Amino acid sequence: MEWGLREELRDCLVAAAPYGGPIALLRNCARREKSPGARPLLDTFSASGLLLASIPWKSGQVVQLGWTASEDLLCIQEDGTVLIYNLFCEFKRHFSMGNEVLQNHVLEAKVFHTEYGTGVAILTGAHRFSLATNIDDLKLRRMPEVPGLQKPPSCWAVLSQDRVTIVLLAVGQDLYLLDNTSCSVVTPPGMSPSAGAYLQMAVSFNYRCLALFTDTGYIWMGLATLKEKLCEFNSSIRSPPKQMVWCMRPRSRQRAVVMAWDRQLMVVGNSTECIQFVLDEDSYLVPELDGVRILSRTSHEFLHEIPEASQEIFKIASMAPGALLLEAQKEYEKESQKADEYLREIKDQKLLPEAVSQCIEAAGYEHEPETQKSLLRAASFGKCFIDKFPPESFVRMCQDLRVLNAIRDYQIGIPLTFTQYKRLTIEVLLDRLVLRRLYPLAIRICEYLRLSEIQGVSRILAHWACYKVQQKDKSDEEVAYAINQKLGDTPGISYSEIAARAYDCGRPELAIKLLEYEPRSGEQVPLLLKMKRSKLALSKAIESGDTDLVYTVVLHLKNELNRGTFFMTLQNQPVALSLYRQFCKHQERETLKDLYNQDDNHQELGNFHVHSSYSEKRIEGRVGALQNAVDEYYKAKNEFAAKATEDQIKLLRLQRHLQEDFDKPYLDLSLHDTVSTLILDGHHKKAEQLYRDFKIPDKRYWWLKINALATRGDWEEMEKFSKSKKSPIGYLPFVEIAVKHHNRYEAKKYAPRVMPEQRVKAFILVGCV
Amino acid sequence: MASTARRDVPEPPDFGILKRLARDQLIYLLEQLPGRKDLFIEADLMSPLDRIANVSILKQHEVDKLYKVESRPALSTSDQLCFLVRPRVKTMKYIADIVNADKMSGRSRKYKIIFSPQKFYACEMVLEEEGVFGDVTCDEWSFYLLPLDEDIISMELPEFFRDYFLEGDHRWINSVARALQLLNSLYGPFSRAYGIGRCAKMCYELWRELEEESEGDSQGRKPEIGNIFLMDRDTDYVTALCSQMVYEGLVDDTFRIKCGSVDFGPEVTSSDKSIKVLLNAQDKVFSQIRNEHFSSVFGFLSQKSRNLQAQYDRRRGMDIKQMKNFVSQELKGLKQEHRLLSLHIGACESIMKKKTKQDFQEMIKAEHSLLEGFDIRESTSFIEEHIDRQVSPIESLRLMCLLSITENGLNPKDYRSLKTQYLQSYGPEHLLTFHNLKRIGLLTEQAAGETLTAVESRVSKLVTDRAAGKITDAFNSLARKSNFRAISKKLGLIPRLDGEYDLKMPRDMAYVFSGAYTPLSCKIIEQVLERRGWQGLEEVLRLLNGTEFSEAGAAEASPGRDSQRTVLAVFLGGCTCSEMAALRFLGRERGCRFIFLTTAVTSSGRLMEAMAETRA
Repeated sequence: MEWGLREELRDCLVAAAPYGGPIALLRNCARREKSPGARPLLDTFSASGLLLASIPWKSGQVVQLGWTASEDLLCIQEDGTVLIYNLFCEFKRHFSMGNEVLQNHVLEAKVFHTEYGTGVAILTGAHRFSLATNIDDLKLRRMPEVPGLQKPPSCWAVLSQDRVTIVLLAVGQDLYLLDNTSCSVVTPPGMSPSAGAYLQMAVSFNYRCLALFTDTGYIWMGLATLKEKLCEFNSSIRSPPKQMVWCMRPRSRQRAVVMAWDRQLMVVGNSTECIQFVLDEDSYLVPELDGVRILSRTSHEFLHEIPEASQEIFKIASMAPGALLLEAQKEYEKESQKADEYLREIKDQKLLPEAVSQCIEAAGYEHEPETQKSLLRAASFGKCFIDKFPPESFVRMCQDLRVLNAIRDYQIGIPLTFTQYKRLTIEVLLDRLVLRRLYPLAIRICEYLRLSEIQGVSRILAHWACYKVQQKDKSDEEVAYAINQKLGDTPGISYSEIAARAYDCGRPELAIKLLEYEPRSGEQVPLLLKMKRSKLALSKAIESGDTDLVYTVVLHLKNELNRGTFFMTLQNQPVALSLYRQFCKHQERETLKDLYNQDDNHQELGNFHVHSSYSEKRIEGRVGALQNAVDEYYKAKNEFAAKATEDQIKLLRLQRHLQEDFDKPYLDLSLHDTVSTLILDGHHKKAEQLYRDFKIPDKRYWWLKINALATRGDWEEMEKFSKSKKSPIGYLPFVEIAVKHHNRYEAKKYAPRVMPEQRVKAFILVGCV
Repeated sequence: MASTARRDVPEPPDFGILKRLARDQLIYLLEQLPGRKDLFIEADLMSPLDRIANVSILKQHEVDKLYKVESRPALSTSDQLCFLVRPRVKTMKYIADIVNADKMSGRSRKYKIIFSPQKFYACEMVLEEEGVFGDVTCDEWSFYLLPLDEDIISMELPEFFRDYFLEGDHRWINSVARALQLLNSLYGPFSRAYGIGRCAKMCYELWRELEEESEGDSQGRKPEIGNIFLMDRDTDYVTALCSQMVYEGLVDDTFRIKCGSVDFGPEVTSSDKSIKVLLNAQDKVFSQIRNEHFSSVFGFLSQKSRNLQAQYDRRRGMDIKQMKNFVSQELKGLKQEHRLLSLHIGACESIMKKKTKQDFQEMIKAEHSLLEGFDIRESTSFIEEHIDRQVSPIESLRLMCLLSITENGLNPKDYRSLKTQYLQSYGPEHLLTFHNLKRIGLLTEQAAGETLTAVESRVSKLVTDRAAGKITDAFNSLARKSNFRAISKKLGLIPRLDGEYDLKMPRDMAYVFSGAYTPLSCKIIEQVLERRGWQGLEEVLRLLNGTEFSEAGAAEASPGRDSQRTVLAVFLGGCTCSEMAALRFLGRERGCRFIFLTTAVTSSGRLMEAMAETRA
């Protein structure tokens, strides 16, 4: 170990994360009363003892340290506050375990991991349990009271069964199980009645097994469901072990419990014998998926059951195929013919594929590269004698070992075993490297394993950049430049995310610089809005061509700016303006008027008033709106529109009179239709008047009148009209209209008056050829 | 078509997958709201929806009753309401009213809004303002593309035209870009892209951006569509405004084809009920006459009916076995054909009744003189008379626009008098219509006081920032001159006539307008494809005042491939049946296949209606 501790481990609060994770130490905490001046120190180390960070502890009394599944450090204080730090002792956030805990203080605490995440369980001074199963989605649960509990339980543990988290506690000779609602007394099957009081208990890594230690030195080992006993052992040591943990390998039948006293380590299992080791110094046990890590001031060891493949090969005088293959390869290297003999022996039993697989598997369990190599060499050698041995397992193992050896290096200090690595997955391993800011190594691994860019390299680069923006000692320009240099156009990189991080770190200028590198303008907008750079956001949104985004910004601006500035901003952005106009047309018509007013758009104002005149029910209101329109049109120098609107007002007034006089709907008819209706109803005088008042062109009036008269069947009037003066439309229309109304007789009257060049057509129509 | 194809035309890709994708997503969305529910459908989504999923499919996924989204509130008793709508503010208010009414009466129901093709922030904003945002759940049905036929894909967004070209609203550009992305991923990668118009350019650029972001792996797939041509509707209004003369166009103008099907009324079916007919390549009769000039359709139909009769007659000499065969195998097909034939003959008669009247011929004559640019005075008085006689508000408007756009604007006197006449005939509210037409550049006054440069400087003053390239379309249209006459000369749009133009044996695309005019839009596409770019068309481009582009993708495939002879023609703002007919003709001549992607199938009537302001 690199750490060179002066203190004894027993004087510190220790927490080591599983999966070869980091170690946290809180020093001096015990001596606080003696020398109040000396503040405790909180240190984090890699598993190899390299110091990661160290801070003086300034908060309250810490009861327990623990690591989350994502390698954040939890510091549980006496008052129930849990502070979360990252690997480098940078404060992240804190939460409280509730009022009850605050009042009664924390007596003991445990951090546990289940499929829901990382949880915290607390035993309060009032001997009640509170727990939270997932600290990222905090839901506090207060467990029911244990009847008659006057003193703290001698030992307790958190169990997870069928997705329910429960607490098992021992008081004297009694075991209690606490679930959400009830407290029940339980007795482990096969427990010797004279076993005595429980002193210590241990739950296995997978919550499957439970071990109980009593004051007679008796150890009960069984399933955590308390339905079955696996074995028992009598250690004849009466003092409780300092630590008791399970040591087992997934899918192995061999289960063992490791107990540590001050200077003694004992391994007991399904056997009448036990294994004992002497501990030279104070040690700390870390349960792992497939074994136990043993930490001390000077060393860091791993105790585990030897996997079957390794046993087969390395057992003394083993005749297993793997062992023979290894031997054959060694002989082959010595150029001895014994190689052939060994090989034949395996081949005769048709066990060569097994032999190769065994060697490959065993290589995975080895930590020494030399041993790994010799096993792999043997596998490779054996492979040559098999037809079509699938190469994947071999290649995969070589790659995995390369990665594992790299991270086990003490500089990196992640002593993962092969089994743990497979459980953890490469993605999580990469995350952990990123957490340790080991970006180059992570990238090298990605490249080595040929992971896809988006999944691998770019993700890591993005993390690197997010870290980079936090370096306050560099100028904005430098940081932005450095990030762009490194990231370039790597696919899957989101500059906006990095910029968001920069903004969170209080570097808005840097954020804007970084946003410049973001190729998708759409991505820039939300952050710019957050940073209150609305105008920039607006132009970016417009640049993106995504109108929805423009809308978002415009409506955001509308709420943020005062009306005047808002309109001014829009004036310079026609795209946004037209969008907003569209919106107003449907949603806020009055705003539309203000918009036009703002830029003196009298033409549009005129149109606006005309439009609103339609929705006016009363005729006065309508005329009023139209009058406004007339004014605006004049201002817009659109005399045509003004005149037309004035005419409309005139027409409206007239129509109202007509409506009153003749008790017939005239409103909303066009001028043409008004006159036409008048003629149809026989009000020829009135029609004449309108014809003069509105200066209806002669041609139109003639068309209109003969049409109406014909419809009315007033042929007499028509004849009179035809003779009133020379027809401006000629007389062919008279013929046509009469024919159309199937009045040949009348049609004939006009045929001779048709102009000579059209006369033939007229006669054809009439039918006199 | 009578003329023989020069080369074999590639088969169009199978667009059925687009329908399946849309259907599957819709079903998924409906299943997101488990249990029985009532479905409210926006009126203009009904026909497209019908083409994707019929009522029985909806019922299978626990849709109880169907309602139309309309102004009056619906009386639904279901506890779950699902709204299938376009992202419009008006519809949001309708929904909010329903929700608020329920709240008032203390009723609690589940509401789900499915936006098609996408959700807009403004809609959510309205929901929020109305205080119902928390009560509804929103989803998107990415139903961008509806294959109407083997070579027509429509986005069914008729409002695109008004929204973009009149209001300067860019919101649909994103949808177009997404549609292109979808097509590119299914039938691409497109190796060459051409385009003209600001909108085309924006869509193209946005699409490219989407492609870059998504990093879809398009390598190694065999492209089915090699080229893409994007065109803004405002590049060529003239073609869209002309009276259509090919059969499909006439059916559209007369009966209005809606979402690929048409309702033939009693006057066509010669019975007392109307019949809905799906018009596409599956219709054996229609597929042979759709692209024909109307004058040759009747001849064809009578020939066809004689053939049919002959086939029927064959059964005379048959023995029992042959007869059995005939009945079981051929009779059904013949009957079907017979039914369609009689429908199309009915439709033809109905069109004939309307169109062979003197008025129509005079109108066509006036139109042709406008296109060719002589007897302008006479045409103007024709239009005036047309207005005075109140023939049809939309037709009058169309003729005025055609006059304006071919003449680079009306002279001030005509401009005023025609407008006055129009207002007198059809009502004063059209004052606003005229304003719209002016803004979009369809009906303008020949610039007297304000020169082009003055407007330009005003525009450029307004445009100072980087977004300059993408904005001020409204202003731009003010400055925009059609320059139709000059372009027409440059591209030879008016065919020289020596003798009668044989409409039965067309020589060029001009046949779609009786040989009087080659559609400008199609001519541009022809020229650009021929030159594989815009070289040599600089003068035309200057006159068009458009933003053109031409880009080659990474994968430049050998020209012999089928995909290289398949062109996706994208019309932003709508495409007419005549244009499709013309391009199909071009395709047969050149041995290439055109696939049409349009925001909606349009016509002069629809364009004018989009501009018209009505008293609502």
